[in-house]
Amino acid sequence: MQLTLWTYEGPPHVGAMRIATAMRDVHYVLHAPQGDTYADLLFTMIERRGARPPVTYTTFQARDLGSDTAQLLQNAIRDAHERFRPAALLVGASCTAELIQDDPGGLARALALPVPVVPLELPSYQRKENWGAAETFYQLTRALAGARAPAAGSVRPARDPQRRPRCNLLGPTALGFRHRDDVIEIRSLLGQLGIDVSVVAPEGATAADLARLPDADFNVVLYPEIAGPTAAWLQRTFGMPFTRHVPIGVGATRDFIREVAEFAGIDAGPVLEQERSRLPWYSRSVDSTYLTGKRVFVFGDATHAMAAARVARDELGFNVVGLGTYSRELAREVRELARAFGLEALISDDYLEVEARISELQPELVLGTQMERHIAKRLKIPCAVISAPAHVQDFPARYSPQMGFEGANVLFDCWVHPLMMGLEEHLLGMFSNDHEFRNGAAPSHLVATQPPASAEEPSAARAVTAGDPMPWAQEAEQELGKVPFFVRGKARRNTERFAHERGVSLITVETLYEAKAHFAR
Amino acid sequence: MVPGCDTREVLRERGQREVFCGLTGIIWLHRKIQDAFFLVVGSRTCAHLIQSAAGVMIFAEPRFGTAIIDERDLAGLADANDELDRVVTRLLERRPEIRLLFLVGSCPSEVIKLDLSRAAQRLSRTFSPKVRVLNYSGSGIETTFTQGEDACLASLVPELPQADAGKNALLVVGVLADVVEDQLRRLFSALGIGSVDFLPPRQSAHLPAIGPGTHFLLAQPYLADTARALEERGAKRLAAPFPLGVEGTTLWLKAVADAWSVPPGRFLEATKAARERAARAIAVYRQQLAGKRVFLFPDSQLEIPLARFLSRELGMELLEVGTPFLHRTHMAPELALLPRDTRLSEGQDVEKQLDRCRAQAPDLIVCGLGLANPLEASGFTTKWSIELVFTPVQAYEQAADLAELFARPLVRRMRLAV
Repeated sequence: MQLTLWTYEGPPHVGAMRIATAMRDVHYVLHAPQGDTYADLLFTMIERRGARPPVTYTTFQARDLGSDTAQLLQNAIRDAHERFRPAALLVGASCTAELIQDDPGGLARALALPVPVVPLELPSYQRKENWGAAETFYQLTRALAGARAPAAGSVRPARDPQRRPRCNLLGPTALGFRHRDDVIEIRSLLGQLGIDVSVVAPEGATAADLARLPDADFNVVLYPEIAGPTAAWLQRTFGMPFTRHVPIGVGATRDFIREVAEFAGIDAGPVLEQERSRLPWYSRSVDSTYLTGKRVFVFGDATHAMAAARVARDELGFNVVGLGTYSRELAREVRELARAFGLEALISDDYLEVEARISELQPELVLGTQMERHIAKRLKIPCAVISAPAHVQDFPARYSPQMGFEGANVLFDCWVHPLMMGLEEHLLGMFSNDHEFRNGAAPSHLVATQPPASAEEPSAARAVTAGDPMPWAQEAEQELGKVPFFVRGKARRNTERFAHERGVSLITVETLYEAKAHFAR
Repeated sequence: MVPGCDTREVLRERGQREVFCGLTGIIWLHRKIQDAFFLVVGSRTCAHLIQSAAGVMIFAEPRFGTAIIDERDLAGLADANDELDRVVTRLLERRPEIRLLFLVGSCPSEVIKLDLSRAAQRLSRTFSPKVRVLNYSGSGIETTFTQGEDACLASLVPELPQADAGKNALLVVGVLADVVEDQLRRLFSALGIGSVDFLPPRQSAHLPAIGPGTHFLLAQPYLADTARALEERGAKRLAAPFPLGVEGTTLWLKAVADAWSVPPGRFLEATKAARERAARAIAVYRQQLAGKRVFLFPDSQLEIPLARFLSRELGMELLEVGTPFLHRTHMAPELALLPRDTRLSEGQDVEKQLDRCRAQAPDLIVCGLGLANPLEASGFTTKWSIELVFTPVQAYEQAADLAELFARPLVRRMRLAV
């Protein structure tokens, strides 16, 4: 048993719903108790979809458990087929139905419906949402495209040079973090390269589209958490290569362009030369020097966290002081990258553990999920959201991709705006006694939207310095008060740690400056 | 008509029910009882539901959480009771201010027959006297949405101290906003009713005493099990419509006044100012809503009292009034006030109900969050019903606020020119 206050991912059947809802003619019959229909509102409220998800629930109750839940499920499958006439049907169980073992797949097969029926086995007590989405996409693709598999060992014929190269975009789903805009951005980038997009899936695809996935020359995997197993199967079965570079950030987008150009057998040079991201210049612009070495904590799904770490270090000049993910499926990759950064990755889906790590590290910026936004808010640390779980704010009305060159512009804006502007930061440092600065003035451009921070650093930050409180001389305490509020917590912690390590019993102004010199970067 | 003898036809349906489970009640219960914590013993789905159901995340650290059952618990590799003890110990260390802990059963905990009542007794012994541990079920197989509050309050009834025999007291049952409770206290005091308690209390140490002299008044229409448990302890239920709207509030208060033999003159005098004020405030919305046709999907069990208010005080036409569950005894005074030809439905087959709804093209549809945006996108105007349990709507001073909740979607649709 695991104590959970907030979860990063829903159960795996919600992942399956994200696939079904993304597609145009697939219906999902879910054997589930009354109440599990809450999942509809993820799509209708958080994502503001104008249609109900194509999901029929059996919504059984206690009185049904005594009689025949299997019959209930069969009726639901038959009625759903009758009413919605889908091109393919998914059937599966949610966590409770998994326990009563009614065999949805077998019951559906017994009905001999005239459409492909794909049974889903999603172990709710082991796996989570992204795994469920990946497995569903894979099973559905296998069921619909599997019949076209060539004989084992046959070689994929080379592309007819008269035909433009074409690829599929794999991974965008319903309720995906900026998937809507990433697809537009990457489609346009591929268009500039002269590569056609054959199928985008699952978002907007039909069952027939999945069957023609093998017609493309290669696959672009936008979100490995979701499309990884499908792309690997398409490679094994049809010899279709797939991309490893996820185009988030300028550097990764350049790598991605080179990778697809190679798959397509074309020259990437002209497109790379016309690169139109403002990020490189904005980062070089002198007013960005204050960003140098800002201590950043990164947490999210594996794809977004790894991309963010690279952008933070190489494109904004930050110091990445912590990197982690809740995506256990890609833990190995995140661990490797963290090691390359000289860090140990935090692989956890325990919100409390992530909170403890952030309060221990006291970063100057958190790049995380909505959960970390809550943590950062409590610790009064600026934060930008880089990854699912999806929140209503992650579906902005404006165009706001994370991928490609426009995505890099979006990253620059979203990550830099929560921070104190360079000169303002200096003024606060110089004149912290100004009455408008006192009590922790927030960045002036955010004042309208943010309540002023309280004068003292958050209690959670204090609580981390366990053990006896370190005594401060009055002058030292006053001197500490002159440190701008947004670094005061760190200054206090560093000074106390410094004093503790040296066995200093009373912190004086001298200790404060000794510690400052010691921890100077 | 004799209460309880309403014989109208009710359309009963059994199909897909687009409703929340009883765990959802935790979203308001955990704020009402300020030193209580709600620990759901369930699956990742349960945790995800509570986090998503409110549509937003709650900023402060909530006083609820989930002990997620995993494969080790199911395979018997870990003793579920040992695991639960470990989780509860960690939780109470982290939240030392908690005095009342509810272990909340879920669909999976019930299907695997995890005995939470024994676990609650065991943990109560361990953490007594500092923390009291109780249990109830909020599972979807047992409860629908607001029934979770019923189950929670019913679990509190055996804990209520015994009142001295012969002492007359009033107990108001059901979660109300703090401001509503304060208004009602003033009204009861003006009626000369001395001893008034509310269940649940704001602090778990203030559990009201009950006994044969206790009369209780349900403030919410979904408290069947709680009422039964109170009756078993000798308390007497005062039958009344529910305190929604001016009429509902007046009849609800009148039930108490009659039981306490308050002279009619005093009753009129004590309620006059608030009654007249509320009626004036409602009149504005009556102009906007009268004649509009409304269809209510089953959701919170508030539907029948709401329909009565919409029909009698706002002049709306009722096309269908759905309720997840119809408690004929508790609803008798409400049903007596509903128009005879109103179509009532109990339970749900959501696809068929949507067909009926679309065919009738209502001016306003009251429904849950899963249905509201899709209906709006196809041109209908909706009032999402969860707001009705998240807003102070009971008693005189809130009657116009309640009316406004129904007027707002229509006003908004008229305002928008895009």
